[in-house]
Amino acid sequence: MTTVTTRTAPAATRRRRRRNALIGWSFVLPNLLGFAALTLVPVAGTFVVAFTDWDSYSTPKWVGLANFRRMRHDDNFWTALQNTCWYAAGHIPLTLAASLGLAVLLNQKLRGVGILRTAFFFPYVTSLVAVAVVWNMLLSPDIGPVNQLLRHLGWSHPPGWTTSTDWSLPALIATSVWRDMGYYMVLFLAGLQTIPAELYEAARMDGAGPWARFRHVTMPGLRPTTFFVTVMLTISSFKVFDLVQVMTEGGPGRSTLVLSQLIFREGITHGRFGYSSAVSLALFVIVLAVTLAQFQIQRRSER
Amino acid sequence: MNTTAPGRERPRTTPAPAPPTAAAVSRRHTGHAAGRALLYLFLVLLTTAILLPFVWMAISSVKADRDVFTVPIEWVPKSYRWRNFTDIWKQIPLATYLGNSLLLSAVITFLQVLTGSFAAYGFAKVRFPGRDALFLGYIATIAVPWQAYMVPQYIIMDKLGLVNTRWSLILIQAFGAFGVFLMRQFYLTIPDEISEAARLDGLSEYGIWARIILPLSKPALASLALLTFVNTWNDYMGPFIYLTDNDLWTVQIGLRSFIGQYDAQYAMIMAGSVISVVPILVIFLLGQRYFVRGIATTGIKG
Repeated sequence: MTTVTTRTAPAATRRRRRRNALIGWSFVLPNLLGFAALTLVPVAGTFVVAFTDWDSYSTPKWVGLANFRRMRHDDNFWTALQNTCWYAAGHIPLTLAASLGLAVLLNQKLRGVGILRTAFFFPYVTSLVAVAVVWNMLLSPDIGPVNQLLRHLGWSHPPGWTTSTDWSLPALIATSVWRDMGYYMVLFLAGLQTIPAELYEAARMDGAGPWARFRHVTMPGLRPTTFFVTVMLTISSFKVFDLVQVMTEGGPGRSTLVLSQLIFREGITHGRFGYSSAVSLALFVIVLAVTLAQFQIQRRSER
Repeated sequence: MNTTAPGRERPRTTPAPAPPTAAAVSRRHTGHAAGRALLYLFLVLLTTAILLPFVWMAISSVKADRDVFTVPIEWVPKSYRWRNFTDIWKQIPLATYLGNSLLLSAVITFLQVLTGSFAAYGFAKVRFPGRDALFLGYIATIAVPWQAYMVPQYIIMDKLGLVNTRWSLILIQAFGAFGVFLMRQFYLTIPDEISEAARLDGLSEYGIWARIILPLSKPALASLALLTFVNTWNDYMGPFIYLTDNDLWTVQIGLRSFIGQYDAQYAMIMAGSVISVVPILVIFLLGQRYFVRGIATTGIKG
């Protein structure tokens, strides 16, 4: 069915279109109702509430940009923004490299490769609380196994990890890379399957070694996947919450306070809906800007 | 390193390349065998390193508290304290938590699969005005961080009187865009001729969905169901925000609060962690290939 208007049987076409529209909407409706009420409306709500002084006990009043001016002078906001950016700057490239490396290694005909893939994937499936608990104990500064090992290797004063303001963010990044790399490995494996084997054969005929094949066949072939993974990693890095909340609760001090925690604290803990929505909007704009920039770079490099 | 091996799922459409000469084969073979052995060794070490936290968790869960952090680490406990696994049920209402997690995960998974696949059929196989714009709206919200609209969502739930009830979590998770997106991706791979033929046979669109498309999409349904179940089971932030009543808590919240209260009961905490992971481990191992397929489907079209 096309959009071309036919003059021969307008009534029949129109009737069929109407019938189709009705059927189409009837399929979509059960999901759409819940989705609109609890996702689309709140998304729109953020844009409105951010410009009001609404808190849990007063009636909302339009205050224009007041919340954003307040944000500019809020230390917590700048700390959270900085921490979120540092987290993203560590998490995105490390996870990208680890998952790509794993995918290339595990995309071979090896006996038991399925078991290995499953093993790497498992941390992603496990409950975050259990993972956070185990890592917090592993990284325990005095008696934790990680520092035991580091001392054994000759580092006499290893970092305090989640108890140190300098090392808490690196500790979170390490845990999150460990947890996420299996997931993105699966995406890369799917991407690798789309590269024709003949390309590798041809490269080999031309005398290309493993590294040359990786650079000139694998990397270009994986470009769409790499782009997609980067975008997904960006979005997930900027909205990190669970891991931080369970492992460090933003501390020690404010060393791991991230934007999503600030939104949560301001909005749900303190009931400052207006200000919290303004921070939400800032987070949204940042994610959008970074993602659009990535699309732009991607498009330019394709030309 | 040999990166040319095609994946098992890849259809072989081209003829195999001409066999290399015998000398080339033997040359490649020796280098190959040593390289392979090294590769295996590397991979096995890497896998062990990745899984070590779980091994440590499992071992610690059957130790006495004072034996969890010994220097050096006891990888084989001198004595096994299986009592940890019975004692923990007396300290926290773990059965209630597990029941709540199970109930929420099952209901949300059922609704997500049902309404998601139903809507996906509308998006993939029926043409109607406004369809593409609406679908774009669905996709766009996947990219919006939940934190960006969690406060208005909370206000709505509050006004509806649903905060601190299971309904809040069911409503916000069961009608997500993810299920619609995943199922639509799959339906697009089913040729239109199949539904066309069914239409000519006089089946209604609902009949086509129920009797033709659903049976054909069992693998995708399994993927969606498993991913949703695991995500809901492991969700921390949702229950953390919406559930304040201890009776409604899920395993994740219960475990977290147990840790806060009984800081030094290391072994018991590990036992609780093991109990929270085992159901997922079982589900994951049973449905492993559906997980991978589901993730690959949602990712590949990027």
